[in-house]
Amino acid sequence: MTLKVQQLAKTYHSRTGVTHAVLPTTFEAGSGEFISLLGPSGCGKSTLLQLLAGLDTPTAGSIHLDGAWVNGPSRERGMVFQSYTLFPWLTVLENARFPLDLEIHQDYSRPSSEILTEIGRVHSLLDLVGLDAFKNSYPRELSGGMKQRVAIVRALANQPKLLLMDEPFGALDAQTREEMQELMRLLHAHQKMTVFFVTHDIEEALYLSTRVLVFSARPGTIIEDIAVPFGAIRDPELKFKPEFIRLKRELTALLHPAHEANFDRTGLLRRIISTSS
Amino acid sequence: MQTTKPTVSPENASAAENEHARITPRTRRKWLLLRQDIPGWLYRSLVTCSFLSLFVIWWWATEHELLNRIFLPTPESMLTAARGVFTEETLWIDVGASFMRVGAGFALSVVIAIPLGILIGSFRVFEALLQPLAEFVRYIPVPALIPILMVLFGIGEFSKIMLIWVGTFFQLLLMVTAEVRRVPQDLLQVSYTLGASRLETMRLVIWRSAMPGIFDALRLAHGWAWTYVVVAELIAANEGLGYRILKFSRFLQTPKIWIYLLVLGLIGLVLDFLFRSLNRRLFHWVDTAKP
Repeated sequence: MTLKVQQLAKTYHSRTGVTHAVLPTTFEAGSGEFISLLGPSGCGKSTLLQLLAGLDTPTAGSIHLDGAWVNGPSRERGMVFQSYTLFPWLTVLENARFPLDLEIHQDYSRPSSEILTEIGRVHSLLDLVGLDAFKNSYPRELSGGMKQRVAIVRALANQPKLLLMDEPFGALDAQTREEMQELMRLLHAHQKMTVFFVTHDIEEALYLSTRVLVFSARPGTIIEDIAVPFGAIRDPELKFKPEFIRLKRELTALLHPAHEANFDRTGLLRRIISTSS
Repeated sequence: MQTTKPTVSPENASAAENEHARITPRTRRKWLLLRQDIPGWLYRSLVTCSFLSLFVIWWWATEHELLNRIFLPTPESMLTAARGVFTEETLWIDVGASFMRVGAGFALSVVIAIPLGILIGSFRVFEALLQPLAEFVRYIPVPALIPILMVLFGIGEFSKIMLIWVGTFFQLLLMVTAEVRRVPQDLLQVSYTLGASRLETMRLVIWRSAMPGIFDALRLAHGWAWTYVVVAELIAANEGLGYRILKFSRFLQTPKIWIYLLVLGLIGLVLDFLFRSLNRRLFHWVDTAKP
């Protein structure tokens, strides 16, 4: 799998003027990479993901996946959203096999043995993410973390070339979030799919990825392309290792330059000192 | 308190008492907390109370003849009227005739409004073509259309059915449209990335997702159909609940009018209940915790 993004840009025109969401961006990605798009909120990293999904059309530039021009959404590029996007009228299992059921109706010529293997794959994925006891539950009976796990399995049911994730754990509490990161880490090592992962959490990006693309604030463009030097199998302990902390500090400096506080920090500090003495 | 904790010291006892005194007014006020649930027994007894007090006021008013008994009959005369009405065949003929008209007019509305509403809610092109038009027609008072309908369709069954259709169709259309628009954009996008075509997305996602809301819109629109059937039958009819009420009023048979109004109210109540319980059964998957 190779992904080629060339001079990709997106601008929005409105009555009040022109907004550059993504400045011309060029990069490539290969098989099995786990790439985080890291940047402050509103920097256009989600827009870039939408463009990769084919859900939005670029103003300029092009995306090629294995030589084919990307010009619309497709089952080759699965997506997991921040909001819960399970179909509430379907059970966990029906949600997870939704793309397979679509395929069955679209192409009657497919051998049933092939379909059965794929359905078996969905079942084993649901078991792997710990939802074996919930296959017949409806989304309303699930916690946020469980819903996102089903959404990930559903996106993987198609065996997509790219898995696009738009802050998938953004709505979860801190503990569930860490659990999901761990799961994502292992799923990636197991399935070896290429992942694009949008986040504004530096630690999350470092812990999960093999590569981090750092975005500047709006208008967004890639200011740094960092290879993460940790192996495929990672331990939560890694987050306390000096090398991890050094990278984290480096990225923090890149994302939040110290002089850029948008409030009167020294003034506030002075007032605190004067009232407390 | 004291029975469960026999070793309570005097200080603790007074503390518990204080706590009790502090809690009691708060529990009482809990019934008036904004949007807060109240106990089921309280809800049911309040419902009974409201019906009961209406009955008591009525009985009291007739007893003291606050209103002329011809307009507000006594409970006893109502009872005799009810006995008469319910044994006569005409009531069932009237109910049947009105039911038929409501059924036909409303069914016609539903079969056109649902597909059209889905189109308007899904495609801007259809929205531009049809929505402003529907909004415009919706504001024409339906009874004002009666002369036109009579000229167009005569005074037979069909013009009555058309009156119900006009009265419910445009309202229902706009409600269906609103429900379709409320389907989250993310659900559509995720369907595309899972390999669904636009047609499949409409059939498998938009329609399924909007269904509970559309069903509830049917419940509301259905109520208006009963309003318009009475209006339609006031014009020209030989049977029907509205027609009979008009006839009773000519002969000043107020007790019977009240019984018929009661029947109309009961029909509405029962159908509403059926719609609601069917909705709960069909769409048990709806997450009520979400806004």
